[in-house]
Amino acid sequence: MNNFSNRIYVIGGIFVLVVLIFMIKLFNLQIVNDSYKLSAENNSQRQVTQYPARGLIYDRNGKLLVYNQAVYDVMIIPRQVKVFDTLDFCNLLGIEKLDAIKKLAKAKKYSRRKASVFLKQLSSERYAVLQEKLYKFPGFFVQPRTLRKYPRQSAAHALGYLNEVNNKEIKADSYYKQGDYIGKSGIELTYEKDLRGEKGKKIYWVDVYNRIKGSYRDGKFDKQPVSGKDLVSTLDIDLQEYGELLMQNKKGGIVAIEPSSGEILAKISSPGYDPEMLVGRVMGKNYKALVQNDSLNPLFDRALMAQYPPGSIFKMVNALIGLQEKVISPFTRFECHSGYHVGSFTMGCHAHVSPLDMRHSIMHSCNAYYANTFRYIVESPKFGSVNNGYDVWRNHVMSFGLGKSLGTDLPHELKGSIPTLDSYLKLYRRKNLRALNVISLSIGQGELLITPMQMANMCAAIANRGYYYTPHIIKAVGEEKGIDEKYIKRNETSVDSSYFTPIIDGMEMVITGGEGSTGGLAAIPGIRVCGKTGTVQNPHGDDHSVFVAFAPRENPQIAILVYVENGVWGSRYGAPIAGLMIEKYIRGDISDSKKWTEKRMLEADLIHQADAEKKISESNNH
Amino acid sequence: MTRRVSLIKNLDWWTILLYAVLVFLGWINIYAAVYNEEHQSILDVSQRYGKQLLWIGAAAVLAIIILIIESKFYSAFAYPTYIFMIVLLVAVLVLGRDIKGAKSWFELGPIRFQPAEFAKFATCLAISRYVTQYNFKIHNIKSLFISGVILFTPMALIVLQGDAGSALVYSVFLLVLYREGLSGIVLFLAFLAALLFVFTLIWPKFTVLIIIVGVSLLVAKASGLKWLAFAKALAMLAVSSGLIWLAAKGLKIELSNYLILIISLVLCAIPFLVHTYKNKLQNVAWIVLIVFGSIFYTFSVGYIFDNILEAHQRTRINELLGIESNPYGSGYNVAQSKIAIGSGGFSGKGFLNGTQTKFKFVPEQSTDFIFCTVGEEWGFVGSSVVLLLLLTLILRLMFLAERQRSSFSRVYGYGVACILFFHLAINVGMTIGLAPVIGIPLPFFSYGGSSLWSFTILLFIFLRLDANRLELLR
Repeated sequence: MNNFSNRIYVIGGIFVLVVLIFMIKLFNLQIVNDSYKLSAENNSQRQVTQYPARGLIYDRNGKLLVYNQAVYDVMIIPRQVKVFDTLDFCNLLGIEKLDAIKKLAKAKKYSRRKASVFLKQLSSERYAVLQEKLYKFPGFFVQPRTLRKYPRQSAAHALGYLNEVNNKEIKADSYYKQGDYIGKSGIELTYEKDLRGEKGKKIYWVDVYNRIKGSYRDGKFDKQPVSGKDLVSTLDIDLQEYGELLMQNKKGGIVAIEPSSGEILAKISSPGYDPEMLVGRVMGKNYKALVQNDSLNPLFDRALMAQYPPGSIFKMVNALIGLQEKVISPFTRFECHSGYHVGSFTMGCHAHVSPLDMRHSIMHSCNAYYANTFRYIVESPKFGSVNNGYDVWRNHVMSFGLGKSLGTDLPHELKGSIPTLDSYLKLYRRKNLRALNVISLSIGQGELLITPMQMANMCAAIANRGYYYTPHIIKAVGEEKGIDEKYIKRNETSVDSSYFTPIIDGMEMVITGGEGSTGGLAAIPGIRVCGKTGTVQNPHGDDHSVFVAFAPRENPQIAILVYVENGVWGSRYGAPIAGLMIEKYIRGDISDSKKWTEKRMLEADLIHQADAEKKISESNNH
Repeated sequence: MTRRVSLIKNLDWWTILLYAVLVFLGWINIYAAVYNEEHQSILDVSQRYGKQLLWIGAAAVLAIIILIIESKFYSAFAYPTYIFMIVLLVAVLVLGRDIKGAKSWFELGPIRFQPAEFAKFATCLAISRYVTQYNFKIHNIKSLFISGVILFTPMALIVLQGDAGSALVYSVFLLVLYREGLSGIVLFLAFLAALLFVFTLIWPKFTVLIIIVGVSLLVAKASGLKWLAFAKALAMLAVSSGLIWLAAKGLKIELSNYLILIISLVLCAIPFLVHTYKNKLQNVAWIVLIVFGSIFYTFSVGYIFDNILEAHQRTRINELLGIESNPYGSGYNVAQSKIAIGSGGFSGKGFLNGTQTKFKFVPEQSTDFIFCTVGEEWGFVGSSVVLLLLLTLILRLMFLAERQRSSFSRVYGYGVACILFFHLAINVGMTIGLAPVIGIPLPFFSYGGSSLWSFTILLFIFLRLDANRLELLR
């Protein structure tokens, strides 16, 4: 009929070709390329992280130390933000308009599609008002969070604080997302994994206006958050608080340990701070103030990180080593003529009767006795040389948990230092050590560095007559009440338990030995306290006052170290504070006869007094 | 009664079946697209799916009426219908209601009515009528002119309404004319023009010029130019370009490479044309003309693009060609549409389980972007089925058209097939990012009475004509 009927193939061909191209494109869109699927997920689902409640912390008597309070983070997804009444919004949140603009810009810079925190930690009161009006502000939503709350403003160092994760922490553990909180110190840090629980998520359908349309697949993919495990601390919060009170206006630390278990009963670093200071929005400001503006460095945990020479409290260890190596006996007597004299060398001592046996040497804290003992040990012919003798001595010392990390469950624990033979040989440029070079070690001076925690642990080892449990601050984790095995393992010292009696006798005499006893102020009527004073030479100012003690003598319940910087004598602050602490722990109360001691200790002010003295001396110099 | 019986017997039921399936699929996809939990019943007439069912019912009535009317009526009343529609198109400009920047709707109480949709079948009738007139000659200037007038009048009126998309539909009649004998060169040139349009927008004009020259030289070679002449032409171009460059340097005139090449082309064209004239190489002369035509065209493309198209049209084309990309601004619709379709995967998320369309990420989801719902909920399988169903319908119509003894019926049939195809190509192409965003409905799928009725009328008139194919001779 006409010549062009073949053109149906051309036209049909074009049609088929176009549809074919479409199908190829569809194939590519729907099957090959899955970026569109991801986009779709992000488009229409909103994952709201469900933050678990962080574990609570109780003290050993079940008293609450840390709990959580609810706050609300205002979140923003910049892409979904529509024009809104800025003034109204700022009033609701209680922020300045300029601030809001800045925050908006910051959020946009972070991501236009991803949610970020617009305003942190809105109080529940403000949230209640905001919640009603939130629908007016598309792109904003609220994420409930918790902050730590402390019913007792105490034990800040031990408990530690939380802060937002930094990039390093995010990299190290993918659990954390920007804006999460993580324990930065103390128990919060070591037990972070137990305390944090497990984040959950809720997935919602949202429409293009960011309105929640219901839960995704009826919550099939939601994950309930798992609450953090509750912890039971070994701390006795009443004792802790009392110790902090006693240490007010003094620099130093107290560590109290239950010798039979290694449980830390109190751990005080003074000056401290109120744990509430490092919570929430005020944290940044306060942290800065604590670090920069406070010369006393309240954040510094002296109980774990201060390293002092131990002073005379170290004499017990030397006596024990002497007995163990059988180079002296409890009845060995050494003379003391106001000190120890060899040739031109003199190490002074205070006035006391002479000669003394071991028990009295501890009671009177005789320096000459220990100079002799130390030389007897390291120079003993059975070791062949002083070098070997020194190594033997050092190993004994370290078996008391000194000069090495104890492995407590608290972070940032320092090792202290018992110098190695090599370091001495290097120092004196000699091949063979001479006892006299290092004779200060005999009385706990010289290059020895020991942390308060180690001193308290050493005392616990003596109280136990030869062994100790690694000190720890958490005795039960979660429902299963678990605890790391290393805290139930006995650590033996290298000194046989039979050698401890004379030393403990001496320590009891320190308290109740009558005339010449240095720790009388630690005495408690009706409780047999054993202790030892120390006065640590301080080239920078007044000597430090140190005291270790345990009580009662049989089946000791508490071993304690008190270290008061610039406290002059161990007997002046260390002993009375230790005595009060022991009584408080064992009896729960202070007997009337000791009220005056308590009052004196509470009122003592070494910090401001020192400042005042410094000022006076400065003005005198001018 | 015999007439009734023969009508029923002669109707192409395959086409009607395809039509019914497509309309049904369209309806359930509209249901899925605007589904909300408060109005779960698909029959709820307060919702679009309920209304669409009303439109479908009305369309069925319309279809029956069309089938009952005597088939001769359509050719006899082709012109009056056409003129009536033109009047409506003019009237809507004055009386119409402005919706989304297009003044293309009549509003009578609750009912809205878009004459542009109905102008399609009227124009189709008119052009079919005209093309099959005894004095029509396809390559006669007058015939072409009148055909042009028939097509351009509704087109222009629709552009004036602000609905450029619907106007573009009329360009598809080029294919119908091609079937009726229009030279393939016209089709080819149209294709070239489209290609050049794109090239001009995405490449620098110098590059486009080089391509034009290069391609035409190759075509010239293929159409009989000897190697020697080919080399001569190239050498001449190179030498003259070099000379012009040197001259420009010497005279210190700033001349762009583009200008240098154009001037040398003009200079070379003269001896080249003389050469072809002497050697009677008519084809080559044509090629030279096409080269210059193309150069002129690239100029005008830039001009049209920058000065005649409106800003939103420009950005839509730029988005499509990847010249600009702003998935949250001008490109939002297409980006969301691709996400919706792409997220469907192989077999889709299942009926009513689409998230992108249901939660209104995709705009115009029940009308222009209805294909997204198909893609998201039924996946590659579903979208392919829909595409193939539509293609089958179109090819079926062409097959039916070819069996007509009446040229009028044939041309009309091709008109219907081509209009459906154009809608399919642009609408689906737009949702998957292969065509610019032009708001025209997907036949039988998109929500809306006007478009459904218009396609129904278009289709059923042809079915009526086809049923009478044995009686209609002209």
